[in-house]
Amino acid sequence: MSNNPFPLPKEKLLEAYTKMKTIREFEERLHIEFAKGDIPGFVHLYAGEEASGTGIMMHLEDKDRIASTHRGHGHCIAKGVEVEGMMAEIYGKVTGSCRGKGGSMHIADLSKGMMGANGILGAGAPLICGAALASKYRGDGGVGITFFGDGASNQGTVLESMNLAAIWNLPVIFVVENNGYAESTSIDYALAVDSYIDRAAGFGIPGVTVDGTDFFAVYEAAGEIIKRAREGGGPAFLECKMVRFFGHFEGDAQTYRAKGENEENRANKDCLKIFRSKVTKAGVISDAELNKIDDQVLARIEASVQKAKKDPLPTAKDLLTDVYVSY
Amino acid sequence: MARNLSMKDAINEALDLEMRRDPTVIVMGEDIAGGAGGQGEEDAWGGVLGVTKGLIGKYGAKRVMDTPLSESAYIGAAIGAAACGLRPVAELMFLDFMGVCFDQIFNQAAKFKYMFGGKAETPVVIRGMVGGGFRAAAQHSQMLTPIFTHIPGLKVVCPSNAYDAKGLLIQSIRDNDPVIFCEHKNLYASMADVPAEAYTIPFGEAAIPREGKSATIVAYGMMVHRALEAAETLAKEKIDVEVIDLRTLSPIDIDTVVESVEKTGRLVAVDEANPRCSIASDVIASVTEHAFKAMKAAPKAITAPHTPVPFTPALEDLYIPSASQIAEAVRKQMK
Ligand SMILES: Cc1ncc(C[n+]2csc(CCOP(=O)(O)OP(=O)(O)O)c2C)c(N)n1
Ligand SMILES: [Mg+2]
Repeated sequence: MSNNPFPLPKEKLLEAYTKMKTIREFEERLHIEFAKGDIPGFVHLYAGEEASGTGIMMHLEDKDRIASTHRGHGHCIAKGVEVEGMMAEIYGKVTGSCRGKGGSMHIADLSKGMMGANGILGAGAPLICGAALASKYRGDGGVGITFFGDGASNQGTVLESMNLAAIWNLPVIFVVENNGYAESTSIDYALAVDSYIDRAAGFGIPGVTVDGTDFFAVYEAAGEIIKRAREGGGPAFLECKMVRFFGHFEGDAQTYRAKGENEENRANKDCLKIFRSKVTKAGVISDAELNKIDDQVLARIEASVQKAKKDPLPTAKDLLTDVYVSY
Repeated sequence: MARNLSMKDAINEALDLEMRRDPTVIVMGEDIAGGAGGQGEEDAWGGVLGVTKGLIGKYGAKRVMDTPLSESAYIGAAIGAAACGLRPVAELMFLDFMGVCFDQIFNQAAKFKYMFGGKAETPVVIRGMVGGGFRAAAQHSQMLTPIFTHIPGLKVVCPSNAYDAKGLLIQSIRDNDPVIFCEHKNLYASMADVPAEAYTIPFGEAAIPREGKSATIVAYGMMVHRALEAAETLAKEKIDVEVIDLRTLSPIDIDTVVESVEKTGRLVAVDEANPRCSIASDVIASVTEHAFKAMKAAPKAITAPHTPVPFTPALEDLYIPSASQIAEAVRKQMK
């Protein structure tokens, strides 16, 4: 297939689809498993938002760092964190990515440049300024991406960090994942300006808004601003408009939504369907190839759940370790 | 070779030596050079009280960074950079300002290692002024050491003299955990013999600036000097007091205190912090658990009262624990 109209070669398209599908199935499965009562704590699912994290992360290497949110599973997977360790972590097992001490809201893998999901809204923005500062200091060309929701975009930490990144000319991309809601509160209520671009402009930062359900729109917009940041052009702001398929957290009755909103989102704003339709229509990838990936992903998720369920729990001695390097 | 140095200069020297030794050490804070963006001198202030004076001339603006007035952003950035391989020393002018950036310290830096299952190190130092006596009133005079000490994952240091300040700060910078380094503003001018070369003082090792047999007074920071003053007075009354300087509050060297109380049978814990959940109450609780049988009198805490720090000298002088209060507490225990 020689006529590839997309900005990525076929194997990269397959990689992107695999990431998005892995996130989707990870979340769909957690939704089911959570309902059974086997998973402790809070779980916030990223289903519906996959194109955003994936479209951005396809530009990143391990030396690039991201700071994620409470809705962090998708960012982890897209940044290359192993799903098996993540699943075990969410089940609270000692084999988890954080040895069971972090859980869904704190999955991290610094070796992959994943500086943690975060239970505190807006907390990743200052941290990623530091990561970007370290990259700039060393001159390693690394960039930092901080994700936050439309709700968290109103945190002072985010606004302070936008100014800091601008005056220090840091390679930071501020990504607002605008899914329309902060828990139950609509963005129309909580955001004073009409557009994030206006807000970014107030900090002297260029901004761009994209359809976050379209992988290619995210990929192209992110590519430009990441390249610019890498080359010393400074911070940028990216708004990805998207939908979340599930409630705020598992167990949310979602009575704040309009009637039929979830069905409409699943039918017309599903980033995986949109991706599939684009690449198959262009004749670059066949349905059969994508179906094969679907099967592989399902099998991997199934195996990770089975393994997580069987894996051992941490024991009393684990309670007291990992507090300090030395004490 | 030792010279007589102020605690302020000793801290400056510690920063200087570590920056020279290790290129990953950077310092940042509000006005720490003080000339950023202006037409005047680059090193106009060198910190509000001049603690970081001269560093920018030696290491440049890349390593000595003036910050905007955005404590959440730059303290958080220092923490993020630490998690990515630098060793930032961030000055938080007055540690009272911790309120506006506390999340970055206690929910981020302090917890990375544990939350991430051991796979993170955050070698950041957050240093700043603590304590009263400067007539700086309620928001610039507090001793918040108990709040920091309460948080697992943080280390808390509060030196009482120039020699310790240098050794403990170098240790803090080389340490791989987040450290809150508390500098008593009224001790900046205090002088001590300080060796010119780099040296470290390990955490969790109290000092015994005065040995004695009849009672143990435990203190840290400025209160060490009040305790020593009280000990002088008591010596004239033939009461032989031991003074322990904790030096670090997390980790804390309770063993040395327990050993001392097993010898003396009496404990007065002095703290410039407010009384509830203070370092003093913590020391008394631990020592009572471990050395109850040795105690000849009820242990006593001498702390600031449960009030904000007052402004007027007439009240602030009453607020800060005094040598006479300490001496009186020991006298009562001797009866
Ligand atoms: C500082 C802080 N305040 C409040 C919360 C509670 N909280 C968790 S998620 C959330 C809503 C966040 O909305 P948004 O930023 O839009 O992200 P989304 O959940 O939509 O992905 C709230 C209020 C928190 N975790 N941290
Ligand atoms: Mg939202």
